[in-house]
Amino acid sequence: MKYMLLIYNRPGFVEELTERERADLFGEVDAIMKELTESGELVGGDALADPSTAKTVREKDGRIAVTDGPFLEAKEHFAGHITVDCESVERAVEIASRWPDVRFGGRMEVRALMEQSGTEM
Amino acid sequence: MTAPVPGPPGVEDLLRALAPQVLGTLVRRHGHGAFDACEDAVQEALLAAVVQWTGGTGDPADGDGVPENPRGWLLTVATRRLTDQWRSERARRDREAAVFARDPSAGEGPALGEDRPADHDDTLTLLFLCCHPALSPPSQVALTLRAVGGLTTAQIARAFLVPEPTMAQRVSRAKQRIKAAGARFGMPPPDERDERLRAVLHVLYLIFNEGYTASSGPDLQRAGLVAEAIRLTRELHRLLPGDGEVAGLLALMLLTDARRAARSGPDGLLIPLTEQDRTLWNADAIAEGTALVTEALTWSPPGPYQLQAAIAAVHAEAPRPEDTDWPQVLALYRLLAHVSPNPMVTLNEAVALAMVDGPSAGLDLLRTLDGDDRMSGHHRLAAVRAHLLEQAGDADGALEAYRQAARGTTSIPERRYLESRAARLRANRLDDGEEPR
Repeated sequence: MKYMLLIYNRPGFVEELTERERADLFGEVDAIMKELTESGELVGGDALADPSTAKTVREKDGRIAVTDGPFLEAKEHFAGHITVDCESVERAVEIASRWPDVRFGGRMEVRALMEQSGTEM
Repeated sequence: MTAPVPGPPGVEDLLRALAPQVLGTLVRRHGHGAFDACEDAVQEALLAAVVQWTGGTGDPADGDGVPENPRGWLLTVATRRLTDQWRSERARRDREAAVFARDPSAGEGPALGEDRPADHDDTLTLLFLCCHPALSPPSQVALTLRAVGGLTTAQIARAFLVPEPTMAQRVSRAKQRIKAAGARFGMPPPDERDERLRAVLHVLYLIFNEGYTASSGPDLQRAGLVAEAIRLTRELHRLLPGDGEVAGLLALMLLTDARRAARSGPDGLLIPLTEQDRTLWNADAIAEGTALVTEALTWSPPGPYQLQAAIAAVHAEAPRPEDTDWPQVLALYRLLAHVSPNPMVTLNEAVALAMVDGPSAGLDLLRTLDGDDRMSGHHRLAAVRAHLLEQAGDADGALEAYRQAARGTTSIPERRYLESRAARLRANRLDDGEEPR
């Protein structure tokens, strides 16, 4: 089963960390990515640019309106994702729970990917 | 059926059939410890063959054509790759000044079996090795497709919708595990053989299912797995004609795949068994599958694959849904539940029971699954309950259950099907003048 692990964190939190904490954080991410690569579970992933650089597209009065910045002014923002192909949702949750952002006030959301295959009922 | 690689089937089929034979010969020559390196060498030889024989297009007219002795060609090229690899490894080790006395028999031993005719037992030995219990089912599947099926890593990756490096890593890890487990290239001991054969059958079933469930979509790459699973199971049946479950699995695949053209509409929407256009069913596949399972059941104890095939055969013999021998289907599901108890079987038994004794009997049976952790909240339980509630005339209950099932599935075609059933019920209710909820 493929799961997307959505990473939410507070923009800019990394710069508030000490040098040591920053090194640890990136080291942990590298270690998890290495483990997932070696186990053949990693499907892909991306980090997103700061939400202040976002454009939001909506319809307003029958016209498309584009505004700068994210749609919601929230404390935590969608910061990136990794997609894994693993045996169970428990394994996906285990990977998510080790993601270091969680320790710094962020959160992870584990969502199953929809598949194109199916069986007649 | 579209093969997983483009090009005329001739060269592709030939290479895939030769792959396990060449690999078997190499491993017998170099020892089971060299399985990993031999498997890589065979892959490289297969790729080299496509380039040299067909100019990379798969068409012999674009390259040198197929050599007179294709098996010997592959063996020579694979051996050369193997020797090159060992030579460069040895050079590296020498540079590192490691004191390493290499087993002199490795790489330079007598070419046992080099000119021996195709030894088909190697296919069986390889199947057992690739389905080693030290591996997880996804790894067993990947390694089987590569080492026995002769598919490239890129093809397997495309079929399973993961990046190529991910699949390459899975294959290489699987081979490391086999080595670490000390697995030998040989038939498993008699007391383990039966269990290992069950694992092989399960892997073939997984390959089939991966392709079959995808065949409603546009992804022919994945649908090619169906043909590959049937090809390998047919080969296994040829090697083990006295195993009823091998015959049963082959029959099940044929009978299931026979419905392929009827199981989805032009829009890709899944069509349930009772609403399929039965004239689209493949009569030849049905005849072959039915004959296989009928014959096997006369002498073999009925195992799960034979029983599932027998159920598929009962459905297949009904020209119209209303002609279905539901008491027979129910009896077979009860037998299946006895030999292989499993909540999915109970689910199907409830459908058959509803057809024989009415929907409320089916719903009663479903209730026994509510306390089962494997099933409670599962979208399939909700979907079957929705169908039975609809049959029982409980439109509100059915609508809620369809919605629950649609939310629970991770399959896009299933969700569309369930949403359309829910929408139909809702529209009927509005027609009856009720207020929308």
